[in-house]
Parts: sequence; structure tokens; C-alpha cells
Amino acid sequence: MFAAVRSVLIRDLTLAMRRRADVLATLIFFVIVVSLFPFGVGPDAELLRVLGPGVIWVAALLAAMLSLGRLFAGDYSDGVLEQLLLTPQPLAALALAKVLAHWLLSGLPLVLIAPVLGLQYGLSGEALRILVITLLLGTPVLSLLGAVGAALTLGLRGGGVLLSLLVLPLYVPVLIFGAGAVDAGLSGMGVDGHYSLLAAFLLGALILAPWATAAALRISVE
Amino acid sequence: MAINWFKYSSPASFYPLAGRMIPWAMAVGVLTGVAGLYVGFFVAPTDYQQGESYRIMFIHVPAAWMSMFTYIVMAVWAVAGLIWNTRLSSMMATALAPTGAMFTFIALWTGALWGKPTWGTYWVWDARLTSELILLFLYIGFIALQASIDDPRRAARAGGLLALVGLVNVPIIYWSVKWWNTLHQGASISFAKAPTMAAEMLLALLLVTLAFWAYTIAVAMMRVRCEILESERQSNWIYETVEGLR
Repeated sequence: MFAAVRSVLIRDLTLAMRRRADVLATLIFFVIVVSLFPFGVGPDAELLRVLGPGVIWVAALLAAMLSLGRLFAGDYSDGVLEQLLLTPQPLAALALAKVLAHWLLSGLPLVLIAPVLGLQYGLSGEALRILVITLLLGTPVLSLLGAVGAALTLGLRGGGVLLSLLVLPLYVPVLIFGAGAVDAGLSGMGVDGHYSLLAAFLLGALILAPWATAAALRISVE
Repeated sequence: MAINWFKYSSPASFYPLAGRMIPWAMAVGVLTGVAGLYVGFFVAPTDYQQGESYRIMFIHVPAAWMSMFTYIVMAVWAVAGLIWNTRLSSMMATALAPTGAMFTFIALWTGALWGKPTWGTYWVWDARLTSELILLFLYIGFIALQASIDDPRRAARAGGLLALVGLVNVPIIYWSVKWWNTLHQGASISFAKAPTMAAEMLLALLLVTLAFWAYTIAVAMMRVRCEILESERQSNWIYETVEGLR
């Protein structure tokens, strides 16, 4: 089983490396959305410092959304997905491998570039540290939950808009505690509770989401 | 006499039953609705704090109750359809979703109208308002997903899975929003009103709730009959049961 998981993971990463533009597009989208907000609300440094964590988190949600459409679409159109469904290995494990590859390609780069964007918003070192930790805990949840929606909307017309309609409401808890942690940390309320809850979301999604994704794939492909 | 409930899990035998239920449910709905609104608008005493504006509560509170309750019922039907692969269960979920979305919208709308005179603003990011708004998004997502799938079998099962995911998430979302709100602004505005409620107010609330229940049943039955007709249009029983189809 682990061999199958590993080969799916390596395959997805290799495919992405052959088409780097797709990976970069998500990252650049994230940077652009974050950079647009100062034009919208004005360059007031104090205001931007307050808005920063929330803006970066919402942009991360949208960027994750943008890349989710491609999670199963390629495999669906060239028939690989049907082969995956036919393998004796549990589909949930294979789905988890694909989600992991998705996170490595679209979640992790966001986490790594977020401190730079945070500096643009004048966040302090402590705030940046909290932001990176919450993104590290939260973005895998975005990939895991999003995979369920991506599997459900596979091959449907208007799939992209539909996907955001299905998945974004489910992202609300992650957004609340991800963006809220920075505020809580700076006001001295302690962020351990936020970390714990985000980690709890991650563990819960890690256990439940692959099964739901596998079930959704079976519904969509049959 | 034992009733064979499984008899009615087949669309062919449920179709006439649903038809017989509609007039009764409608009658109950209209009678309790008129009575409830009469008690609420003319009999119940004026609130000493909010004046007459509180009377919108008699629509707002039952609509909010129904919006949440309908989601649970809808999700239970959808999940039943997913587990036992019964067509009728999935049809019930599909039939309930628009009514649930409508009650969610009514609750939000009347809430905004009620908020203006009492809080001085149409909208606050209160935990209840926000979670009701997210509930509306969940309903719309369910309806949109089913609307964009042409294959009825896939639509039913995809909707069932989505409702199940939603059902797991609803409590998490609700508590997150609640905690988020208290973190940000404290309990500056709370729904906690005078602890005691006049008996007439309670009576009106219960009557209108009953009316909304009956309305939901009637409309869901109408919709489920349309769903049955659409999906069973190839079968013979339809032409024997429904007149004027040929």
C-alpha cells in the first residue's frame, strides 16, 4: 500500500515539475491578491498591520481554491483515475497521496512566501512566526476538504464556481482560527488554543476527508 | 393493524399518498398560520422595551428554527438515500432543500428588519446571524450541485455525500463562529431578552411554527411528486395513476 501511495505521490510531483507554470500560477495569484488590498483600502500602515493576517489567509483560501480544480481533472480526462479506482489498494490512501502532492505543490509554497508578504503589511517578527505556524497547520486542511469538493464536481459544467460554492463555507473555521491566532498572540491572549484547534481540524480532516474523497470519486467516475 | 411502512418507500405507492397529504397539510398550515399571526399581531401584549417592532419575531423565530431543522431532516434523507440506495429518500432531500433555503433567507431578512429598530443597524457580525448566513451558503451549494449534474443517480448520491459532509461540519462551523465573535467584540449585542415571555407570545410562536411545519410538508410533497413524475416517466404505473398524461 505504501508503495502505491509513494508512486502516486512521486508521479504527481513529477508531472507538476514538467509543467511548472501551473504551480507558479497559483503562487503568483496569491501574491497578486495580497498586493491588491493596499490599493483597495489605502496605504495607511496601521490599518494594513491590522488587516494583514486576515488578507493573507483569505488569499490563501482563494489560491487553494484555484488550484483544486486541477487536482483530479487531468487524471479524469486521460483515464488514470479509472485505473486508480480499479487498483486493489484502498482508494482513500491513494486520494490522500494526491492531496499530499497538492499540498506540497500549492500549499507549502504559500506558507514559505507568506512571511515576505507579511513584511509588506508591516507585521512584527512574532506575528510572522504565528502566521507561518497557523498556515502550516491550516493549509493542509484546505487541501483535504477541498479534495472532497473537487471530487464531487469532477467533470461538471461550471465546476470551478460550483467548487468554491461548496468548499468555501466549509473553510470558515480554519479561517477564523488561522487569522485569529495572530490577533490573539499580539494582544497577549496566548495562541496555544488556536494551535490546538487548528491541529484538531487537521487531524479530523486527515482521518475523515480521504474517505469522503474516495466515496465522491466513486460517485463521479462510475 | 400494522402499517407496512416499507410499502411507501416505493415511488409508485408514495405518489398517491403524497397527493392525499398535500390538502391536509395545506389546511393545517393556513389555519394555524392565520391563528398564530392573529394572536401574535393583535392579542399578544406590546413589549415594554421594544414596542411593537418585536412582533416580527413571530415570523423570524419560527423561520430560523425551520431553517436549521429542515437542514437536519434534509441531510438525514440524503444520507439514508446514500446508505440504502433508495431513490425516494434522495428525492425527499432534493424536495426539502429549496424550502429550507427559503426559510433561511426569511430568517435573515426579517432579522435585518428587526435589527434596524432594536440595534440601530441592519446587520451585525453576531454569531447567530453569521452561522445562519453560512447555512444559506450550504443550502445553495447543495441545490447548485444537484442542479449541475444531469445524471439523476449521480446527482442524488453526490448530494447525499455533500449533505453528510455538511452535517459533520455544521457544529464545527457554529462553535467556531460563536467563539470568533466573542473573541472580537464581546457580548455587546445579545439575543437574551426578557427572561419571561407572555403566554400569548409563546402561543403565537408555537402556532406559526406549526404552520411552517405544515407548509414545509405540503410543499415538499408537491415537489417530490414532480421529482417522481420526472424520474418515473418511463414506467407504466404513472399512466395508470395520473390522469391526462397520455
